[in-house]
Amino acid sequence: MQSIQMAFKSILGNKMRSFLTMLGIIIGVASVVVLVSIGQGANQSVSDSIQKMGTNLLTVNINTRRNNPINLERVKEMRTLEGVAQACPVSTSSGTLKAGLQQYEDGSIIATSSGYDEIRNYSLARGRFITEPDVTNRSFVAVIGQEVAEELFGSAQVLGEIFTWKGYPFTVVGVLNEIGTSMVGSGDNLIIIPFTVGERLFFRKGINSIYVSALSAENVSIAQESLKTYMDALMVGASSSNTYNIYNQTTALETLNSATATLTLMLGGIAAISLLVGGIGIMNIMLVSVSERTREIGIRKAIGATRRNILSQFLIEALVVSLIGGLIGLGVSVVATHLLTPVLKMTLTISPSIAGLAVCFSIAVGIIFGLYPANKASKLLPVVALRHE
Amino acid sequence: MIYMQDISKCYQMGSEKVHALNQVSFNIEDGEYVAIIGPSGSGKSTLMNIIGCLDIQDSGTYKLAGEDVSRYSSRKLAKLRSTHIGFIFQGFNLLGKLNALENVELPLIYQGVSRKLRRQRAEQVLESVGLADRMKHRPSELSGGQQQRVAIARALVSNPRLILADEPTGNLDTTTGNEIMDLFAKLHAQNNTIVLITHDQGIAKRAERSLQIVDGKIQHETYNGRDD
Repeated sequence: MQSIQMAFKSILGNKMRSFLTMLGIIIGVASVVVLVSIGQGANQSVSDSIQKMGTNLLTVNINTRRNNPINLERVKEMRTLEGVAQACPVSTSSGTLKAGLQQYEDGSIIATSSGYDEIRNYSLARGRFITEPDVTNRSFVAVIGQEVAEELFGSAQVLGEIFTWKGYPFTVVGVLNEIGTSMVGSGDNLIIIPFTVGERLFFRKGINSIYVSALSAENVSIAQESLKTYMDALMVGASSSNTYNIYNQTTALETLNSATATLTLMLGGIAAISLLVGGIGIMNIMLVSVSERTREIGIRKAIGATRRNILSQFLIEALVVSLIGGLIGLGVSVVATHLLTPVLKMTLTISPSIAGLAVCFSIAVGIIFGLYPANKASKLLPVVALRHE
Repeated sequence: MIYMQDISKCYQMGSEKVHALNQVSFNIEDGEYVAIIGPSGSGKSTLMNIIGCLDIQDSGTYKLAGEDVSRYSSRKLAKLRSTHIGFIFQGFNLLGKLNALENVELPLIYQGVSRKLRRQRAEQVLESVGLADRMKHRPSELSGGQQQRVAIARALVSNPRLILADEPTGNLDTTTGNEIMDLFAKLHAQNNTIVLITHDQGIAKRAERSLQIVDGKIQHETYNGRDD
């Protein structure tokens, strides 16, 4: 108790120096906490957006260009497989759309067939979705997202309007409801066109990607199994065994989770280095303090301080500095995450375990880096220390 | 109180070996007021360090209050210092960041005395050295004589069996020095054992007995009769 008081006295006696020493710890702790919560926030936001896509979503990717047995008829057949609700070919591109003098630059163009809206849970604000005849007739029609509609046509009547892409005119037949923005990008910049039109304009023949929805989340593995059987039957005689693969969202989620976990670990690790640097700062200042106060140590020893008294005095001083620094750092990171939440467009929460860990870590830094100077101080011989000027 | 038999101490000064103390033997009884006098470099500081348990002799026997301290661990020595010896230094050696009261309390902190008792005792001692109105002042706000009084109060606060003063008037003018010496006389009258280290004959004369030390040896012993 007495030593804690002494430590505070000595810290307050040298305010500027104590603050600068603490700054290392403050920055270290704040960066650990903030970066780790950004990592966790990113993780949360990615898994949220995957969840939003629907957990009953499966993707079939075909890796062969030659002898690809999949065509639109086969995709239709897939819809009848056990556990499968809907299946659509998907092909994507991006580009700039024009309507009169208006331009929309970041269009995400998706060529697909009817039923894609069911797979992705899209709903229409106005008009209709792509239909079977649109696909067979290669009609130049499009369903567009909210943002596209606003940028190109403003508040005017949108349905029936025409925009051009690569010089081809498309008639707007439908507008999607607002989807919102997530980590995987804006959902409102979509331009959905018939698959056959896409094949022509993307210069990409054939179906390489199929989105499939299972009847329900519980049916995902059944759907996956039946898709596998179906695909295996089609791929008989293919030269490579790796001709196709099927992803479900759970797998994707796991992959992404492990990726973001690595990211979080990396960010935390980098931040931990700054905490280490802060610790070295403490050690440096404590060493200076010991040599500055050699005479004081001598006096204290002469009037009865034991080695342990001196050791604990300096150790507690280092500890108090690092602990206060840690707590201030935690406060800074609370403020920082609040300020960053709107900027990064994700919810940043400081998990209690990370906060606790950071504070514990700062205490450990105080002990580890305070021990050497404290031990050095405690070992001073009183005669030598008293002679010191 | 103090029993010294054939105490020797050598220092390595560069390549040369210096005999700071050479087979010194003497006794000091309880309640005595002894001055150890010698020119600088005579070994009196070394002797003080050994008496004060700040240093340990190379050979010989030193008993403080009947206890042979030569084999004591640094921890036991620290405890002995805090309970048995009150140090008074030439440069006062007060802690600049603490006020007079806190400086005086310090030895009691290391003895583990409770806060309330500590404060009470420190105030009492400061009053007895005539500093009742200066308790909250820091050393830098006190005159040399006042600082030395604080140092004396700090030495007295734990009721030590031995008061060890190293040139207590060395940094003071004659008048203030005399006042401090009067204070020592008063302490002696209260039955404290005092060992005074000095190079000043005039100061040494005020003790009951003086031991003259030259080149690491006791050369002369003088009884000054009663001191008052």
